[in-house]
Amino acid sequence: MNRKWKDAAHLIRPAVVFLAGLLIFLGLRSALVPSDFGKWGHYRAGALEEIRSKPLRYAGKETCAGCHVEQAGQWEAGKHARVACEACHGPAAAHAADFDKVKPARLDIASLCSGCHEKDAAKPSWFRQVASAEHSGGAGCEGCHQPHHPKL
Amino acid sequence: MDTSRREWLTGAGKLFVLGFATAAGVETSGQASLNSGGYDVRKHYWAMTIDIEKCIGCGNCVRACEKENGVPEGFFRTWVERYEIKGADLEHPQVSSPDGGKHGFPPSNRADTKQFFVPKLCNHCQDSPCVQVCPVGATFDSPDGVVLVDESYCLGCRYCVQACPYGCRYIHPEKRTVDKCTLCYHRITRGLTTACCEACPTQARVLADLANPADPVHEFLRTNKVQVLKPHMATRPKVFYRGLDGAVR
Repeated sequence: MNRKWKDAAHLIRPAVVFLAGLLIFLGLRSALVPSDFGKWGHYRAGALEEIRSKPLRYAGKETCAGCHVEQAGQWEAGKHARVACEACHGPAAAHAADFDKVKPARLDIASLCSGCHEKDAAKPSWFRQVASAEHSGGAGCEGCHQPHHPKL
Repeated sequence: MDTSRREWLTGAGKLFVLGFATAAGVETSGQASLNSGGYDVRKHYWAMTIDIEKCIGCGNCVRACEKENGVPEGFFRTWVERYEIKGADLEHPQVSSPDGGKHGFPPSNRADTKQFFVPKLCNHCQDSPCVQVCPVGATFDSPDGVVLVDESYCLGCRYCVQACPYGCRYIHPEKRTVDKCTLCYHRITRGLTTACCEACPTQARVLADLANPADPVHEFLRTNKVQVLKPHMATRPKVFYRGLDGAVR
């Protein structure tokens, strides 16, 4: 037995060094790579939750209609029924969260209307468009049209 | 010689124990759940449909995206292009996108060209080149079909910016990491639509859930001729265009 292992030290020593190196690698790897890395693919699964938790700016038209019942009723019956509230009024999640403190800005109706309805050859032909200079001579749209229910 | 080896082994042993202790600490904090807040990633597969015949180039989507996602000035997660094509010259369309179309387009009433608007955004490809080239696993396909970026992993190496055939990525000037459309992941996982779809006045853009049999997208895909951008790139995009002209690149 003793004779057999007498000269084995030169094999055991590198083996110990190799094993120690392996253990250090595994230890460092488990320390540095998050446990959820690779759960669904080559990425950190926790990133999904972080991206999900970002704050909202646009509340969604259902939230608006929850309080502004009268305007929502007008809007639903009109030609603009498929244009969401925040498409014109801007992001309102902060307003919905604290409606006393945060008020949406008042809108400049002329530029708002022409932003969509100004005549342009690239716009699809089914879409109602006017050359505002000819159409009203610069008069405000709201004199004739009600934005929530735009009929003459 | 022997002493120094002993010292080395002792040191390595300490490091090893320290490593495992840290790992144990990380494990308890880094948990992500498959089904959180009533949202199950396995039950959705997100896409978008864009109807060229409905886009009026108002720029509402670009402004909404900027406000919802804090997109820095001069960069775009979505933008609108105006194409002008003269006759049969499909190879040389004039493409303009002033400030990404954020404030609309200067009115043009040229009668001698064909004109239309093309809204663009990340195509959330099923075989995304950007995901394939990321060396650190910072860009990935989520199980519900959205190409996302883990900001804490991104090195800012720009491989993905070069790899995207659609030009949908940029380096955020302050964070110095890559930034792109998340398909408003923070909204769609809470039952809302994306900011661009919410703000689109003509429903030219519609968020779609391919995994939901009741989603109108299936009717849309069945009854319309649709096209994706650069199909020859074999990226299998999930933004489906209706009425897309052959000149669009």
